[in-house]
Amino acid sequence: MYDTPNSTEASVSQTHIKIAARGVQVHYGEKHALKDVDVDILDKTVTAFIGPSGCGKSTFLRCLNRMNDTVSVARVSGEILLDGEDIYDKRVDPVQLRAKVGMVFQKPNPFPKSIYDNVAYGPRIHGLTKSKAELDEIVETSLKKAALWNEVKDRLQETGTGLSGGQQQRLCIARAVATAPEVLLMDEPCSALDPIATAQVEELIDELRSTFSVVIVTHSMQQAARVSQKTAFFHLGNLVEYDATQTIFTNPKDPRTESYITGRIG
Amino acid sequence: MSVGILSLIILALAVAGFFLGRSRALQSVQGDPRKLHSLPVYYGQTVFLFTAVPALLLMAAWLVVQPLVIDARIVGQLGPEVAADPSAATLAMEDVQRIASGLDALQAAAGLSNDEMRKMRADLSDIRGRMADVGVALGAEVNPKIFEMAKDFRDMQRGGALMMTLAVLLAAVAGFVWSVLRIKADFRARNVSETFVRWVLIVSAGVAILTTVGIVMSLATETIRFFSIYPASEFFFGLTWNPQFRGGSDLGLIPLLWGTMYITLVSMIVAVPIGIFAAIYTAEYATPRVRSVVKPLIEVIAGIPTVVFGLFALVTVGPFLRDYFAQPLGLGNSGSSVMTAGLVIGILNIPFISSLADDIINAVPQSMRDGSYGLGATKSETIRKVVLPAALPGIVGAILLAASRAIGETMIVTMGAGASAKLDLNPFEAMTTITVKIVGQLTGDLTFDSPETLVAFALGSTLFVITLALNIFALWIVRKYREQYE
Ligand SMILES: Nc1ncnc2c1ncn2[C@@H]1O[C@H](COP(=O)(O)OP(=O)(O)O)[C@@H](O)[C@H]1O
Ligand SMILES: [Mg+2]
Repeated sequence: MYDTPNSTEASVSQTHIKIAARGVQVHYGEKHALKDVDVDILDKTVTAFIGPSGCGKSTFLRCLNRMNDTVSVARVSGEILLDGEDIYDKRVDPVQLRAKVGMVFQKPNPFPKSIYDNVAYGPRIHGLTKSKAELDEIVETSLKKAALWNEVKDRLQETGTGLSGGQQQRLCIARAVATAPEVLLMDEPCSALDPIATAQVEELIDELRSTFSVVIVTHSMQQAARVSQKTAFFHLGNLVEYDATQTIFTNPKDPRTESYITGRIG
Repeated sequence: MSVGILSLIILALAVAGFFLGRSRALQSVQGDPRKLHSLPVYYGQTVFLFTAVPALLLMAAWLVVQPLVIDARIVGQLGPEVAADPSAATLAMEDVQRIASGLDALQAAAGLSNDEMRKMRADLSDIRGRMADVGVALGAEVNPKIFEMAKDFRDMQRGGALMMTLAVLLAAVAGFVWSVLRIKADFRARNVSETFVRWVLIVSAGVAILTTVGIVMSLATETIRFFSIYPASEFFFGLTWNPQFRGGSDLGLIPLLWGTMYITLVSMIVAVPIGIFAAIYTAEYATPRVRSVVKPLIEVIAGIPTVVFGLFALVTVGPFLRDYFAQPLGLGNSGSSVMTAGLVIGILNIPFISSLADDIINAVPQSMRDGSYGLGATKSETIRKVVLPAALPGIVGAILLAASRAIGETMIVTMGAGASAKLDLNPFEAMTTITVKIVGQLTGDLTFDSPETLVAFALGSTLFVITLALNIFALWIVRKYREQYE
């Protein structure tokens, strides 16, 4: 159940479909966690997933880069196309896929390595650079994109775990950006952050839109309204409504969506 | 009254006190527990603790002090010249005790009263013969003076035991009455029992620490005695170990230290890679089902007594290494060798390292792995570049702990590497370690006054310092690693 991009949203309607999901179902053992989800995620757009806890937002997000493969009880069915290619096809290497579809997690999880090594991790394992100078360059631009460069440029060799929570999360974003992904998935990236750090990350997400397609799971409807152009509302494993953010928040079609955004369920 | 029965009486009193205290607390508020400061059980608990703990502590203290007091008094009766000579006093004390226990047996067998016992005389009653009848063999006729002392000894013991029973019971009853009487609705029983429990814990910790201090002190005293009769420089830098029980020995530490280090090195070369690879397998690759089987199986090795490993070294590994490696390579034909002991100690340490490393690898948060997978890293890249570096300090700590175990191992070395102190590079040569020589120097009938026996304490101190340093270093590293995820 999804709507084609609203023609009144000029900036949105011109971009092409990056990820197309059709009939996605997820089971964790006996539990049917995600039921028949259809979504088109657009390129160079921020898409927000909202919904009450346990409704399957993270589950669906993790389908998009096959992180559910690491959960032994999870079974995924249906079709997810990235630029027209089925990512669950046998020929697709999930490891390669995750380089294209990067992920930022709920809790900042910098590696216990230096700030530099954290950012250089992806480029190194994927062999993206030929020289140290090139790697330095990537580290610098990624940290700049994550709005962290000015704070850490003098201490790149210090350990990443020594940064504050907000800085750690931006470091994780820089780390994901450095791998040059095409899609960036963010699972409640601000839930462990204070309001100032949250504002910084939100600003960052808006800038990242110029280069990637960003999908963000959030608990905060204000956040969804602030940063996203498209919003999907999940409820009990179903995708209830998917539309332009504006429409979802001002003129929802489904009564469940309306109850949720007005605070009656959740 | 025996100590066991006395303890039972005190415990029964304390349990009764628990129920009495609880019901008295409830009574004081007409059965409405909400009016009490604390839950009713806490009132019972205070009575229980104040009845049992002081009385039991008193009993424990009494049991320690009474023999000391009695011995001192008996030795005092021997006259000043005996009391001044520690070994003569000890000998006399042993005689007194042997006769006293003979008298105990005699009394039990013949059913004599205490007065009849008191009337016995060494020169008239054929004590030696009668004691032999009840199974106590005496080497010589009984010296009347010693016999009188043995009777005094028994009287003092009996008197002491009676006094102890009375004192302990008094303490229990006093604690009982006092703690029951102070129960009122606003008595802060919860805080009182909290404080009491804290003190019990502090005292327990204190006992553990004092024991360690005691061990170190006794080791230190004997070590100092050794260095007062044998030059420290010859001990620490001497290249020969050649003790002679007639005197004039060479007691150089270096060959033993070399053997210890060499065997430890070989064992670590075996244990570290295998242990860590096994840990990586169980922690990262094995499915939960496989893990639940494999991990305990590996850990079974840790439960085998080291003497069994020693047998394995002696009859299997030693001859195997000799026949298939040492002899073909022309490196000697000794069944006992550094290789044998090192290999077997290494096997012993595999589960130790793998189980510690497995815990440490598991403690690396899953979010680290997710972060790495989320960037497109493979499993082995994730393990090599994220999990192991994060776990490394902890793993180093585990390795150091394993090394200090290897250094302290005795049984396997004795059976696997032999007992000859040598400075040699050939790993197929028999060598020995500090621990083996400590045991070696202390076997047989000994008096602790020659350098040949006292050297054991110097060796023990050396070993203690080495392993203590290793352990402190290991703990320091492990603690540093913990802080990373705070
Ligand atoms: N690893 C898992 N194993 C079993 N059940 C899971 C697992 N992860 C999530 N679930 C279940 O799937 C449902 C959806 O979870 P999730 O996608 O995390 O919800 P959300 O992110 O929207 O709060 C929940 O009911 C949750 O209990
Ligand atoms: Mg979630």
